[in-house]
Amino acid sequence: MALKTETMVLNMGPQHPSTHGVLRLELEAEGELILSVKPHIGYLHRCFEKHAEAMTYPQVIPYTDRLDYLAAMGNNFGYVIAVEKLLGIQIPERVEYIRVIMAELQRIASHLVAIATNGADIGALTPFLYLFRDREYILSLFEMTCGARMLYNYMWIGGLSHDIHPDFVRKTKEFINHFRPTVVELNNLLTFNKIFIERTAGIGILPIDTAINFGATGPVLRGSGLAFDVRREDPYSIYNRFEFEIPTGKGLVGTVGDCWDRYYVRVLEMEQSVRIIEQAIDNIPEGDVHSAIPKRIKPPKGTVYARVENPRGELGYFIISDGNLNPFRVKVRAPSFVNLEVMGELCKGHLVADVIAILGSLDIVLGEIDR
Amino acid sequence: MYQFLYNLIGNEILAGLLVAVVPLTIILVFALFGIWLERKVSAHMQDRLGPMRTGWHGWLQTVADLMKMLQKEDIIATDADKTLYNIAPVLVFSGSFAAYAVIPFSSKLLGSEVEIGIFYVLAISSLVVAGILMAGWSANNKYSLLGAMRAVAQIISYEIPTALIVLSMVMLTGTLSLDKISQMQTSSFWNWNIFGGAIFGLSKFLLIPFMFIGALIIFISTLAEVNRVPFDIPEAESELVAGYFTEYCGMKWGMFMLAEYGNMFAVSAIITILFFGGYQSPIGYFGNSISAQWLVPFEQGFWFIAKGLTLVFVQMWLRWTLPRLRVDQLMTVCWKYLIPYAFLNLIIIGIISLL
Amino acid sequence: MKNPEEIFELLKNEFGEAILSLDKETPTEPIISINSLQIHKIGAFLRDSDEFKVDSLMVLSGVDDANGTKIKDEDGVDVINGGTLSVYYHLHSTSLKHKITLKVSTQREDPKVESVYNVWRTSDWHEREAFDMFGIIFLNHPDLRRILMPYDWEAGYPLRKDYKNPEFYQGMKVPY
Repeated sequence: MALKTETMVLNMGPQHPSTHGVLRLELEAEGELILSVKPHIGYLHRCFEKHAEAMTYPQVIPYTDRLDYLAAMGNNFGYVIAVEKLLGIQIPERVEYIRVIMAELQRIASHLVAIATNGADIGALTPFLYLFRDREYILSLFEMTCGARMLYNYMWIGGLSHDIHPDFVRKTKEFINHFRPTVVELNNLLTFNKIFIERTAGIGILPIDTAINFGATGPVLRGSGLAFDVRREDPYSIYNRFEFEIPTGKGLVGTVGDCWDRYYVRVLEMEQSVRIIEQAIDNIPEGDVHSAIPKRIKPPKGTVYARVENPRGELGYFIISDGNLNPFRVKVRAPSFVNLEVMGELCKGHLVADVIAILGSLDIVLGEIDR
Repeated sequence: MYQFLYNLIGNEILAGLLVAVVPLTIILVFALFGIWLERKVSAHMQDRLGPMRTGWHGWLQTVADLMKMLQKEDIIATDADKTLYNIAPVLVFSGSFAAYAVIPFSSKLLGSEVEIGIFYVLAISSLVVAGILMAGWSANNKYSLLGAMRAVAQIISYEIPTALIVLSMVMLTGTLSLDKISQMQTSSFWNWNIFGGAIFGLSKFLLIPFMFIGALIIFISTLAEVNRVPFDIPEAESELVAGYFTEYCGMKWGMFMLAEYGNMFAVSAIITILFFGGYQSPIGYFGNSISAQWLVPFEQGFWFIAKGLTLVFVQMWLRWTLPRLRVDQLMTVCWKYLIPYAFLNLIIIGIISLL
Repeated sequence: MKNPEEIFELLKNEFGEAILSLDKETPTEPIISINSLQIHKIGAFLRDSDEFKVDSLMVLSGVDDANGTKIKDEDGVDVINGGTLSVYYHLHSTSLKHKITLKVSTQREDPKVESVYNVWRTSDWHEREAFDMFGIIFLNHPDLRRILMPYDWEAGYPLRKDYKNPEFYQGMKVPY
């Protein structure tokens, strides 16, 4: 006589301390062992694509900020590059350099949040505060430039909204000098901590072929071992002038493609971003950031798909223009949207506590999943 | 102390009640102080300040929180099992409060002079297990149930290394009474049990490394008994919201918190008595040197509380530094590492004490 | 790396009439039009053949072409009759580094497109989103239901050009 057992359906509901945003995960568990995970999204759907069809091209830019609100500069960057490709205009050098510096600073800020929340979910509450203290430096740099700490509306089509402050270069160099020892401190405190390694190594292993088939990009793909970075594959702006490496997961502790690898790729990417900023900060040419902004933005009929490397992965904008002042269709390929699909594959056979670790390592932001 | 109060008052019942009230005040005052201490310690470790406005550096913050909690509406879910739901916090608090009956705060301040002190403590703190299971089950909530089951598994497993180390100390000192163990470690810190105890000869030096190992093992396993990080999976904030006390609000939740801080101090107290000399001072008594004998119990009380607080501070320090272990890793640490080491420790100490 | 004309020629040789045309007038990317019911076979060929090795679908977007006739139906509301809905596929290869854009068009009433779920798993949620926003049914998709709108939204498909918000949803007033 077999014992009648039922699997338990546990709902990590829309409101939960560590699903990063309003995400509902329906777990089917047998005791603590997970049988399946089904993510339910759509709680933060704000109809970005429908709004974009009703506004003019420059008016869409603040809305793109709010997609992935932790990496707003990158969102602006992608949209602006797409429209500039449609228009076919040339950007001044100064604008290009400043855009790259802002994007890399934003990458560091976003990775700080990702690492901090990853640690906080696992239980290490102190690195969370240390890393946010460092992020304050970056946010004050942004505030000095364009007045906003989180949602900037900074990169405009053909230029920027404000030129950089005279003190910007000096303060950025101060920040770089302050930041390098912080990464060493983070490694001592969290990265090579035995308990953290036990919680994340060997969990949520993503093989390379599955990753490519599912379309995962960003640190999720690089953590599985493939050195794929849009800044190298499809260079946009002036990234082909800078030297930087692409860190990949090598399975230093545990297997290639586990949660620890994805986490460590983010730590290494922060260091590479600091390298790029160092190369760019001394060479900003003179110029006027507003000179190339067209008076009326009316692209010719056509389609374009432009992609940038956001901290979370490859952000793509597919814009169809029909010759009017408003775009005909704007489709956003959000990296977290595609990365979240992998969640069902990764969680099989793990425990309930691992679901949190895996979700933290995928680093999703619900703003861009739901748009 | 009962004798002293009986002689003072003359009424058995009143004296008995007063004897019970003294540890109750201690536990309440300590909980108040402990919560404030935790907030300040965590704040300073995280490069911020913590509560600063309520009183000098925020020491009245806990009082303010207490007043707020007392005024909260007591909400019980309709499907919850009301009897169990209401009894559970009482059980958990009683289990942790009852352990204070045999802890000697000084040579004159002892709740009840039973001969089986430490055995009684181990037994009565198992009452907490029943209370936790009741709390998790009656809330009719899957998160609570998961948290309660994890907590029960953890507490029951970690009682074994604790008991083994306690057994080895009992073997060494030859008595179960906590008061007598404290009295044996008299006159200077070299006589503390962690440095081998108040015995002469070679066996004292042989014992020292094993005493250190024993102290470490019991510290780790009592961390798990009180559900502190790195073993706080039952109340893991970011995974299960709050584990077995998710559904409690107001004063009932306050009792769980009280029980947790009471437990923290109780286990620190037991470790100091077993290993660090109890209420004995490391450097001799001031009262003795100026021949004011009545001062000695107060000094002993001071030393005892100071040592207990140091261990509580170490517990808090660990909480804000380390991540938490997953539940199966927690069990592995207990069964595959702590129990074999505790057992070996027991055997070796037994052999040495025969020498 | 291949350029789009070569890709077009190779595909045309392989699949003949399923490949419709190569559109090079758009200023930035050439688009190859495909028959809507053959897309999964072509996709599988592109993924598995050694000349292409297209192993990654970057994005799959539904588009309302709005090229039908605008008429007013009985409620006085503007409705588009006829015309097409399209789906654009942007593909690239991580090893051979070339990019291909495919386009599939289907009629507005009763739109059906073959699903590429078995070719590239990325399309799982992208196709659900295209279904949710435009109403395009993807044949052989294992779990086609709404993804961003609530599961029981019955007032139509939001990103179509002639979509109007309903008055009430489950008793709550929608426009406020």
